[in-house]
Amino acid sequence: MDPRNMPDMRTPLARAMGLGSAKEGVGAWWAERVSAVALVPLALWFAASIIAHTGSDYATFIVWLKTPLAAILMILLLIALFYHTALGLQVVIEDYVHSATKFAAVIAVRLGCCALATAGAVAILRIALSD
Amino acid sequence: MMPSPTITRPRPLSPNIQIYRPQLTSVLSILNRITGIILSGCAVVLVVWLVAAAWGPHAYAPVQAAIASWIGRIVLFGATFAFFLHLCGGIRHLVWDTVHGFELRSIYISGWSIVAASVVLTVAAWVVSALMGG
Repeated sequence: MDPRNMPDMRTPLARAMGLGSAKEGVGAWWAERVSAVALVPLALWFAASIIAHTGSDYATFIVWLKTPLAAILMILLLIALFYHTALGLQVVIEDYVHSATKFAAVIAVRLGCCALATAGAVAILRIALSD
Repeated sequence: MMPSPTITRPRPLSPNIQIYRPQLTSVLSILNRITGIILSGCAVVLVVWLVAAAWGPHAYAPVQAAIASWIGRIVLFGATFAFFLHLCGGIRHLVWDTVHGFELRSIYISGWSIVAASVVLTVAAWVVSALMGG
């Protein structure tokens, strides 16, 4: 039976929930803004730190990453950055990919961002907590 | 009565970008997306760089050498501009989200402002970096 011809037993409200805004659709939009606001100071701090370390050798760079402030802000940067990246790339995929690959691409982006943020955070902690 | 056969044809998709003459507004809109995609790639490089640093000096050296090479520097310069354009464009979007600056004149003033700010910040970042010993 064609699913489009199936009788719909749900109420109009139940059908509307999960479609369009319906109180939750705005969540991803809002999260993109919140992560953007967090990224403004974090990204500027990171850019300034990298510029200040131009020409620094490995040891100097590690000493900087071992300071608690740098380690904390780097991990916060990674979380906000990859959260924002996942949300942004999802919007791009949803706008331009119109096939079955859309679903797979969105899942791949989300998992990839989770993996990269975790790898980066573990790298920071390893540097920060090593002797 | 028999139901008429359903005619399936591709539905029109938005945006029909090719029928518009490029304007500052549309160019900056698509550039915010393109720079976002470029910065996603840069985020991957950032993690590779951090993991290499955590691995040790032997893993960090080739990554640092690649970034410090001429090709690396050219890519990094482009990435710096993409970073500032996306940052300034993002702040412009956050202002719009507060329902301010939608008059055509304001949109063009803010548009040219973020282009100018991105150029100035990119050049300033590289000048300061060079003074720091790059």
